Amino acid sequence: MKFRTFAMFVGPSVVMMLMFIAFPLVTVLLNSFQVTQPVFQVVETETCTPGFITQTCTTEIKTIPVLDGDGKTVTTTRWVGFSSYANVLGGERLTRALSDFDLGAVLQIDFWKALRFTLTFTLVTLPLVLGLGLAIAVVVNNAATAVKGPVIFVSLLPFIITPVIGALSIRWLFYGDGIVTVWLEALFDTNLSVAANGWAIEFLMMFYRVWHVAPFAFVIFYAGLQTVNQDTLESAIIDGASRWERLRYVVIPHLMPLIVFITLIHLMDAYRAFEEVIGFSSESYRITLQYLTYDYLTPDDAGNRQISSASASAMLTMIGVVVLLAAPLRRTWRDHRGA
Amino acid sequence: MLIKNLALAGAFALSATVMTTTAVAACSFENDVEIKTLSAGFEAWKAVTDAMAECGNVSAELDQEFRTKQPAAFAANPSLYAIGGVSNGTVTPLLNEGTIRPLDDLVAKYGENLSPNQLIRVNGEVIAIAMMVNTQHLMYRKDIFEDLGLDVPRTYDEVLVAAQTIQDAGVVDYPLGATMASGWNIAQDFNNMFLGYGGTFYNEDSTPAVNSEAGIKALEMMKKLTAYMDPEYLVSDSTYVQQQFQQGKIAMANLWGSRGGAMDDPAESQVVGKVGSAAAPIAVEGGPPATTLWWDGIVIAKNIDDATADAAFRVAMEGLDSEMVQGANEDAIWLISGYTPGDMASGAIATATATPAPISYPSTSQMGLMHTALGNKLDGFFTGNMTAEETLAAVEEDYISQAKEAGLLE
Repeated sequence: MKFRTFAMFVGPSVVMMLMFIAFPLVTVLLNSFQVTQPVFQVVETETCTPGFITQTCTTEIKTIPVLDGDGKTVTTTRWVGFSSYANVLGGERLTRALSDFDLGAVLQIDFWKALRFTLTFTLVTLPLVLGLGLAIAVVVNNAATAVKGPVIFVSLLPFIITPVIGALSIRWLFYGDGIVTVWLEALFDTNLSVAANGWAIEFLMMFYRVWHVAPFAFVIFYAGLQTVNQDTLESAIIDGASRWERLRYVVIPHLMPLIVFITLIHLMDAYRAFEEVIGFSSESYRITLQYLTYDYLTPDDAGNRQISSASASAMLTMIGVVVLLAAPLRRTWRDHRGA
Repeated sequence: MLIKNLALAGAFALSATVMTTTAVAACSFENDVEIKTLSAGFEAWKAVTDAMAECGNVSAELDQEFRTKQPAAFAANPSLYAIGGVSNGTVTPLLNEGTIRPLDDLVAKYGENLSPNQLIRVNGEVIAIAMMVNTQHLMYRKDIFEDLGLDVPRTYDEVLVAAQTIQDAGVVDYPLGATMASGWNIAQDFNNMFLGYGGTFYNEDSTPAVNSEAGIKALEMMKKLTAYMDPEYLVSDSTYVQQQFQQGKIAMANLWGSRGGAMDDPAESQVVGKVGSAAAPIAVEGGPPATTLWWDGIVIAKNIDDATADAAFRVAMEGLDSEMVQGANEDAIWLISGYTPGDMASGAIATATATPAPISYPSTSQMGLMHTALGNKLDGFFTGNMTAEETLAAVEEDYISQAKEAGLLE
């Protein structure tokens, strides 16, 4: 292809990538090294607020932002180096905890708490998603043609349901006096409080994720199964290979590129988990890195939001994804070069 | 008046929008300027915005996420809304950024029916018109208290004793309910208790002051109370507690006054007529009820032209008139003339008029940061990982790092 033609084809997507991915990323990177603050002044203010019958007026010293002639808040922006990163990572609390070799104290800092959970969440759900996806695919592949359609549709349902709704429906099965909790209570004759137990919530969050994502793995694997070389399978049968041996030595090696693909996608997605925290209201017990960024960004009642810390936290999450993806990507790259 | 649809999704307070089209009834003038309002979505606001809509050309947005939308929407020029529904907690960013207008001239022109109590003043200027007060009251099951021969608790120590008696009698699942959901709710629960023990949140130089005796006492009392609650209290918000009460699962709760009406709603409640209301308990003898006073009211945007502001204020006055109150008497503790307090309002009114009275929730930048820090860090104490001192130290550290980023501390 001529360079000109190539450029014309690729041009629009490069421009889009720059506009919607590269520039915002650079802005986030810059934001994480900057802090923008309003200029505050201290003034004596009298405020009168209603009681049920009469008002009470209080005079107090209030710290309020300075407004310029147009009624806009005067702000200053300064470079702060890595201080927002230090802030997100825990600052002095981290140093203190590390010098005491106190792992418990480290895990009480939001970032490390979130990292611990996010990593566990990602790495535990990965094999389950792969295994369950492959299992459904093999079963559906061997099912009678008449039931294949409906079975595929039903298997895909969890993937189609809006994530928050899916999380909520599982939450309602277990939280408070949810149906499943009531059954379990009757079965074991105890009183269960699922939402009062961090590990139970963690388990439910993982359960939800596997339930939600396994259909994705299933679709990919099912497509892959259609391309397995039937001759090889037949010769394996003639050689006396059992069903398990055929799966282990013929099908899985054939599906390997797909396994790597699903692994990559799942690592990326699970590391950026967010809806589980919202759906299961797990903020007290378990938070994810993505939730941490969101939390920094949410303004409080007085309108403060921590843009700089949020940017730093977003950058750290991105670095995390890159580190996590390094191993499977290297493998793909090696295979690619080898091929 | 047209039927309105309100879509609220389950436990999640998603955005709900109520659109009204031109309909003229019961309004003293015909409004021909387009007016938009943004407020919270509870019953009282529905009543007020419905009354405003009778003047025509009013579209009301009732949105539980209004507190995050309002500052940006009012900072736009022209402002996206003419009327904002605020409370003393959420008016802070609007005041700080100067996006709402002083109302003295409008009050002089159209505010003849307002009582002086309704005019929120900052340095003498009227900046908002209050319509209702909200505070907490102790709701209790009258039937259970009578059966067990219990007196209505006046202090938190008495609450603990009563809870123990109810627990021993085994008449309900859990004696107590509380709004201790992680985040804003648990922080507010702490604020109430902390003020009850006479604490102050921050010093004059903006440095934090919660790691004090009052803070530790407040946390310890909260922990003692949790022993009588559903162990899932860290996900329990106002609606959850309200439902626990309505389903007869709890016998006592210190809950928002605005939630009282729902107890006697036969469509939802199994305990109609069985719930009594008393002043919020005190934490220490001679102290104020351990709660804060809140007001809800309206503000008018600065970034709109004077004619629109004029029309918006007139429409608002129609929304806040006695006629509206008579149609929605049980929805709030109104400050508007024509209001006759019902039984369920007596506790909240007793709280608000107690001597010494609880203070109004402070609307300051520091308080915003402190509320967030408390909401983020208090869980640690209740999940059993940290002691009270460690928790409060962590709250202070979180506050300091936020305050530094916000520019309130060097």
